[in-house]
Amino acid sequence: MSQQYPALLVIVPLISALVISAAGWINKRLCFPIAVAALGVAAYSSIGLLLRVLDEGAIVYRLGGWDPPMGIAYYVDHLNGLVLAVVSVVAFLNLIASKKSIELELGDKTAPFYALYVLQVTGLLGIVATGDAFNLYVLLEITALSGYAMLAMGKDRAQLSTLNYLYMGTIGACFYLLGVGYLYIVTGSLNMVDIANILPSLYESNAVLGAFIICLVGVWVKMAFFPLHAWLPNAYTHGPSAASSLIAPLVTKVMIYVMIRLILTVFTPEFAFNILAISKPIVWLACIAIFMGAILALAERNLKKMLTYIIVAEVGYMVGGAWLGNRAGMTGAILHIVNDALMTLCAFLVVSNIAYKLKGYAFDDLKGLVRKMPFTMGAFVVAALSIIGVPPTCGFFSKWYLISGAIQAGQYAFMVALLFSSLVNVVLFFRVIEICYYEPFSDGHGHDQHAEPMAEAPLTMLVPLFIVAAGLVLVGIYTGDIVNKIIEFAIPQGIV
Amino acid sequence: METIISIKPLLAVLVSLLVTPILVSSRAPNVREAWTFVAAAAKFLIVLSMLPTILKGTEIVYTVAEFLPGAAIKFRVDALGMLFALVSSSLWIITSAYSIGYMRGLKEHSQTRYFVFFAFALSATVGVAFSANLLTMYLFYEMLSLATYPLVTHHQDPEARSSGRKYLLYIVGTSIGLALPAMLISYNLAGTLEFGRQGFLAGTASKPLIGLLLFMFLFGFAKAAIMPFHSWLPAAMVAPTPVSALLHAVAVVKVGVFSVVRVLTGVFGTDLLFSLDFGPVILLLASATILVGSFIALSQDGLKRLLAYSTIAQLSYIVLGVGLLSPKGLTGGMVHIAMHAFGKITLFFCAGAIFVATGKKNISEMVGIGRRMPVTMTAFFIASLSIIGMPPCGGFVSKWYLVLGSLEAHQMPILYVLLFSSLLNAAYFMPIVYRAFFCRPEEAMFENTVQEAPPFCVVPLVITAVISVILLFYPQPFFDLATMMVQTITGT
Repeated sequence: MSQQYPALLVIVPLISALVISAAGWINKRLCFPIAVAALGVAAYSSIGLLLRVLDEGAIVYRLGGWDPPMGIAYYVDHLNGLVLAVVSVVAFLNLIASKKSIELELGDKTAPFYALYVLQVTGLLGIVATGDAFNLYVLLEITALSGYAMLAMGKDRAQLSTLNYLYMGTIGACFYLLGVGYLYIVTGSLNMVDIANILPSLYESNAVLGAFIICLVGVWVKMAFFPLHAWLPNAYTHGPSAASSLIAPLVTKVMIYVMIRLILTVFTPEFAFNILAISKPIVWLACIAIFMGAILALAERNLKKMLTYIIVAEVGYMVGGAWLGNRAGMTGAILHIVNDALMTLCAFLVVSNIAYKLKGYAFDDLKGLVRKMPFTMGAFVVAALSIIGVPPTCGFFSKWYLISGAIQAGQYAFMVALLFSSLVNVVLFFRVIEICYYEPFSDGHGHDQHAEPMAEAPLTMLVPLFIVAAGLVLVGIYTGDIVNKIIEFAIPQGIV
Repeated sequence: METIISIKPLLAVLVSLLVTPILVSSRAPNVREAWTFVAAAAKFLIVLSMLPTILKGTEIVYTVAEFLPGAAIKFRVDALGMLFALVSSSLWIITSAYSIGYMRGLKEHSQTRYFVFFAFALSATVGVAFSANLLTMYLFYEMLSLATYPLVTHHQDPEARSSGRKYLLYIVGTSIGLALPAMLISYNLAGTLEFGRQGFLAGTASKPLIGLLLFMFLFGFAKAAIMPFHSWLPAAMVAPTPVSALLHAVAVVKVGVFSVVRVLTGVFGTDLLFSLDFGPVILLLASATILVGSFIALSQDGLKRLLAYSTIAQLSYIVLGVGLLSPKGLTGGMVHIAMHAFGKITLFFCAGAIFVATGKKNISEMVGIGRRMPVTMTAFFIASLSIIGMPPCGGFVSKWYLVLGSLEAHQMPILYVLLFSSLLNAAYFMPIVYRAFFCRPEEAMFENTVQEAPPFCVVPLVITAVISVILLFYPQPFFDLATMMVQTITGT
């Protein structure tokens, strides 16, 4: 059974997505249990897979028994084992937390939504698990298309902003495909390990250089790396809560994973860091991304949109960390994939809860929220602390590695950018906390004039939220284990 | 140095955290306060139970989780940490009693929130005291900043709101902007964050870099209120008085100076600071803060604001003692953590008692108040003697050692700073006391009948005032602990 985990991980959700859309015709109530079962299996197998990788090392699974480079191989090592576990667990928790909100916001569209949801997760898991550069493109498009469809189900300007996302996303995917095409022309292979074996003799080739840069730009568009970020804030803000809280934590992080995979496996660190002398300018770009993300977030008066700009800044953290070219920076980037997925999930689940109970999530709607939804606010504070980077929450520890990497690489601008962003996050979150906590103004001696009764979100939304919030602290405390037992092996020995 | 592994430090930190769910869920205020007392007493007893071990010269360590070599979440109880934990945990019990009198006397709102965050703050304080390395200290330092924010902004009015912003800006801004990068740079230089007997930075970096780190740490722990990062402290006086009393005379500000002392001795090491000649820099900063703080205090009319500026000045005594880099100076500085705590908390208690009983906040409105509140004002007099550094109060011991230290280090200007500052202290405290008791009948603003604040307010301040006096005659165990720590540092 455990031999089949890599396939189960992708096949089960894929088939379930089809089953769900069929089941929707019979009875809409069938969709949710099927989706839960599918993602439950995915989460279970991904964790099983990670444990196996920890025991035995990397696992190669040949789809249909075809040998690479002809057939498609799924290649799971410490790096994507970790990311797979994060993706599937986040998707599973979010599914359970979002049931009520999906029913409220989407009405008669719940059945297609569940199908798309599961399809999206299929795509994400496939992107992470695959060892084939072209297969990755296919799964990228599955993810993207299901994502567009889900986000476009939102209200107001959702369709327009999704259309914008569609244009940008398609351009990004095309770039990636073009890059893979160049690689195929040069190497005659699509298998990542195979390409990596053939490339070293071709490092001087302009085609390889072109392939790398084009792939990189394509992935940057997809991850909303500044200045290619403009599609993200609106698309994520206007989408349905359940779609935002799935896509926001996962898609950008999975794209970061793809970038790291390109650096570490396909093109090798030797090529990316030493032969191409582009680390420094990319880290500078990352600094600008962090500054701009932070400043744009400051200008927002809407909680959900503010969070989307924080994602833009966080993408800068990870790109910068990966391109510092040393072990600490790379560790920070990989660790931040895990941490940022959890942090963003926590923050967006809070937004879901608020959207479920209140009419909106603009700052003006949040007045007195502490009294109305104390538990949701409690989780929000934990998410805020983690995003700011206060120990012992996990956000602190990835920032620790990133800053360490910046110091070791002598890239002090990156350190300053990270600290600046932390300080801006303090302002951002305490501004929200202030509004939720102080307003409406009390009568000077603190006795409330308009004490509103508590109106908390249902337990099915609160419990997953609390699990995630607790996870932020637990992952922080067990950072040592995650780094020493998993990430340490995910990074090649060559990077010091 | 002998060490034993025990979970007690972790328990001492956690006991007040564990009680918070009970505080939140208890319906009756009396039950809630009873649990606060249980937690406070338990905390004090756990700390006290470690005292004999520490006095024997053994250290207690406990590692919670190690995430990098040399950077773990780890506790180590040594003499200095013990001194600080004793002060803060014993005063929490007294302050809890006072809080009941004050908060109920004024019928304050959100009392549950108040007691819960108080418990949080005490966990963080003891956590800082028992930290074995910079990372753990930073963790609890930040926890304290965030736990005290709801206390500072308790009144939730626009003034509290803007003070809360200022508080966060100064405290969290400096810790993230200066202390955090300094910590990371130190880690990358030395490969460890564990506090050492003579620090861990010696021989790892050039003098300019060490100097830069020194400034980043001194100002990064802005709770120590070294000028120019002091103005959050007067602003934070919008908090209810028990908060000002415990947090802004004992816990928060002392966590600041404690962190500075720890960093100067455990990260840089006195030998390194001496050999690189950084002592005078620290002395200059501390002296400037002492004198300027005292001068500003002279011009204050709000009693709590005056006490705030007096605190700013007194905190720098502790930094000054360490900056002398001589055994007696170090001893004086460390003992001053305790002596100032008992004196200053009494003064804040008095200010609160006056506010509860009469509603007055300004000194100009307190003429003749000694006739109405003789007990409170007598305690005020005793405590101000302690702050000035005169017998029969404990403050005399620490000032005496600071003076000896300045002689030992051949820093004559510091001697003058200390003496002049004492004069200034007298100049801002004595008129208050004088006019409270001795004024012409037509000047008196109060009737001649004795009417004190509720007993829950008065008894605690009498206790702390009496302790201030007792500490002159029995400065042990604080004095012994400080001496032990200094012996450890100097290696004698």
